[in-house]
Amino acid sequence: MNFFIVSLIKSALVAFVLLTALAYIQWVERKVLAHIQLRVGPRRVGPHGLLQPLADVIKLLTKEDILPSHVNKFFYFLAPFIAVMFALISIAVIPFGTEIKIGSFSTPMQLTDLNIGVLFILGLSGIGVYGVALAGWASNNKYALIGGLRSSAQMISYELPMAMAIAAPLLMLNSLSFRELVDGQGGFFLGFIPRWSIFQLPFPQIVSFLIFLIAAFAETNRVPFDLPEAENELVAGFHVEYGSMKFAAFFMAEYANMVTVSCVAALLFLGGWQPLWPVEYGSGFVPTIIFGIAGLICFSHALNPARPFDRITLPVFGVVFLGIAGIFLIPIAATILLPLFWFLAKVGIILFIYIWIRGTLPRFRYDQLMNFAWTVLFPLAIINLFVTALTVALTSK
Amino acid sequence: MVDAILFLLFAAIAVVCAINLVVQTHPISSALSLVGVMGALALIYLQLGGEFIAAAQLIVYAGAIMVLFIFVIMLLNAGKERKLPRRLWVTYAGVPLLAGFIGVAAFVIERMLPPSPGAKFGAMTHGNPQEIGRSLFQVYLLPFEVTSVLILIAILGAVVLASKEVE
Repeated sequence: MNFFIVSLIKSALVAFVLLTALAYIQWVERKVLAHIQLRVGPRRVGPHGLLQPLADVIKLLTKEDILPSHVNKFFYFLAPFIAVMFALISIAVIPFGTEIKIGSFSTPMQLTDLNIGVLFILGLSGIGVYGVALAGWASNNKYALIGGLRSSAQMISYELPMAMAIAAPLLMLNSLSFRELVDGQGGFFLGFIPRWSIFQLPFPQIVSFLIFLIAAFAETNRVPFDLPEAENELVAGFHVEYGSMKFAAFFMAEYANMVTVSCVAALLFLGGWQPLWPVEYGSGFVPTIIFGIAGLICFSHALNPARPFDRITLPVFGVVFLGIAGIFLIPIAATILLPLFWFLAKVGIILFIYIWIRGTLPRFRYDQLMNFAWTVLFPLAIINLFVTALTVALTSK
Repeated sequence: MVDAILFLLFAAIAVVCAINLVVQTHPISSALSLVGVMGALALIYLQLGGEFIAAAQLIVYAGAIMVLFIFVIMLLNAGKERKLPRRLWVTYAGVPLLAGFIGVAAFVIERMLPPSPGAKFGAMTHGNPQEIGRSLFQVYLLPFEVTSVLILIAILGAVVLASKEVE
């Protein structure tokens, strides 16, 4: 019974945090993109537009739900459901940290630790294609259909190099469960180089990490591979006929996929919650220093505010940041929160790279996209896998 | 108890999807019903303890092969099947005859096979990826490699058949 209650609490917590994070990743994206393009981004709703995601959700919920007359009704409703469901389920096998210990009670910071966790994620991402493909087909619209076709072809093509890139670190770490994979990346070479997959001997997996990232961009339909929804040729691609909550479902699925893929990259290649350098050299104080500096910056800006209301908002944020910095100094809290911090920092950096690239690169042409997948990425992934297998076979006993 | 309920649920989904696959007139509906059958089968494998087989079923059949099917159907823009009017005796005697045939077939097969001790949920203990990999690459290495060569030949054949004539 204890197990059920704990699982329920954990599921509710993860679902709440994930859904909130999805909304706020969108805020971060709009802000970062705006600053890349020398704009200021949303800032009307709340301080610095912080309540903008909430306003967006209310807008999408209260919009009129239009049902176009020419669509295939069953599949038209099924498609956003499939897309968002399979995108959200994947978070169940992602571990966020070591474990929570309160007295004699302990529970891992993960919903469930499958011994086929990696395969589970691959399977779900394969099924997620149906959402996009069906949406394109059921809309009965030529732009949507082209978007759906492009997306299914693109996802099938890029799934192969992605699976090959995943297989290489699995060969070295010898497991399919995320928790064991991260545990296998613990420790340091020469006392300071972390044993993450991208630094791991016998064959560092930097190439496969890059292949995985590129393929992941294509799998999640992000710029520069956002051909399924290319605005200037396909209007909005597969979701052109969708409005209101059904559109929000596709949107949410895209961001949930981004989060999952970033988590997988962090767990497989960047060592999950393993710190960048050993605790003996003070890696435990990194979050305290970062949050402390952030808090001090807020206070220094509040002394000399650029806008009148900064005099009120900035000290509030300063106190919050200093409070978080203080929590990391409490030993009991730190043992739980430090792994979480390292994991979330890695995921956050990968998510930032996503947004950064969206602000930097133009879209591929369709033939370039396919050519790149089959003539560059796929052979490269096979060669990488082959070399890894060879080195593992030669060095292992 | 929970196992039995879950098994009945997934089995029911598989059977309903399989019937739907035949009944539906539109190719996309049929293809998606097949995806439903694959998914339900994967869940049943998982219940029996074959985790790797379940994942492979999901990734390979439901995730890759059926997406290609749907892709082709969408690309060809295949329309609804045209239904011819049925004869009277087909309409009334079809279902009973089919049920009778399946019953007889099941009876004969059941008699032919040796009596089994009955399946148990989670009874398969060698279903994890490590065990499967070990048996594929050690015990059954030759059949496994021969199968892969066979599939390679099939792919080459398909490419040759599909490619245009080159002087």
